Amino acid sequence: MALLDYFLHKKDKPVTTASKAKERLQIIVAHERNNRKVQPDYLPDLTKDILAVLRKYIQVSDESLSINLDNKGGELNVLELNIELHDEQHPQT
Amino acid sequence: MARIIVVTSGKGGVGKTTSSAAIGIGLALKGHKVVLIDFDIGLRNLDLIMGCERRVVYDFVNVIKGEATLNQALIKDKRVSTLSILPASQTRDKDALDKESVGKVLTELGETYDYIICDSPAGIEAGAMMALYYADEAIVTTNPEVSSVRDSDRILGMLASRSRRAELNLEPIKEHLLLTRYSPKRVTEGEMLSVEDVEDILSIPLLGVIPESQAVLKASNAGEPVILDKESDAGQAYQDVVNRLLGDSVDFRFLVAEKKGIFSRMFGG
Repeated sequence: MALLDYFLHKKDKPVTTASKAKERLQIIVAHERNNRKVQPDYLPDLTKDILAVLRKYIQVSDESLSINLDNKGGELNVLELNIELHDEQHPQT
Repeated sequence: MARIIVVTSGKGGVGKTTSSAAIGIGLALKGHKVVLIDFDIGLRNLDLIMGCERRVVYDFVNVIKGEATLNQALIKDKRVSTLSILPASQTRDKDALDKESVGKVLTELGETYDYIICDSPAGIEAGAMMALYYADEAIVTTNPEVSSVRDSDRILGMLASRSRRAELNLEPIKEHLLLTRYSPKRVTEGEMLSVEDVEDILSIPLLGVIPESQAVLKASNAGEPVILDKESDAGQAYQDVVNRLLGDSVDFRFLVAEKKGIFSRMFGG
């Protein structure tokens, strides 16, 4: 009965599916926008070369190296290299 | 200089062709010279929505390949004399369009027409990229629904990186949000993303909101773009869109559900 529903459900406002949709979209869209920041053409090649150099000395997987070029505003650009090393791959001598 | 406007979305079935047809005919009714181009090579449908499917002799690909002149391929609208349609081909040759030839066709059209409206295919493949490449403005057609909003955001990324304006470092494509199939009642009930929600996520200026309407199916059944149905909510909403494109500031309509009477509220239904 609609009248009864009206009184019963008025107080507790459940999270609507629309607000769930909005929240999920905001997260995924922000994530995807981050991924498509314009990166210079040479980055893939640079990544490949650095991996090759690293592999002369240590074992690394493709995923353990990440390279990012960040514009910190104005003239300042930062090239960020992140190499993840796992203990078993470089045992201490 | 003609204004080149792409009607795009990423996701299929959100109303690109319906919107292209309505906006095209609406601009032409205001006295502007308008050409509507169907970029959906292999799956042409703009001709059907415009009601000129039986008058297609030559198509866009024939013109590109030099098998027909532009004038042979252009179909003059029977309702509005300043409107023409350039249909897509039905062949599956996906690579039929190349940037250079499309550019030439657009330049030639630009000598005659004020508005060139490019009806994009769905997806982010070559055809969709070609439709947006030369655009000055983009109408990003979106349904208030998760997959459509996400795909629209992808397309915004493409507009900013893969267009001619992006490549040449020109002023970026002017983006417009067109929200279609909007149901105020479901928004009130918390079942549908609201206009504000979609604006928040995509953060581009709102051009129009087209309510979910039975008039749209009727219009495509008849091959009469819905803007010609002046009594209908969707038709009026498209008319507002056209006026806004022409620089008028028009209040947004059809954003609130019709109020139910006291009796139906008490007894359901």
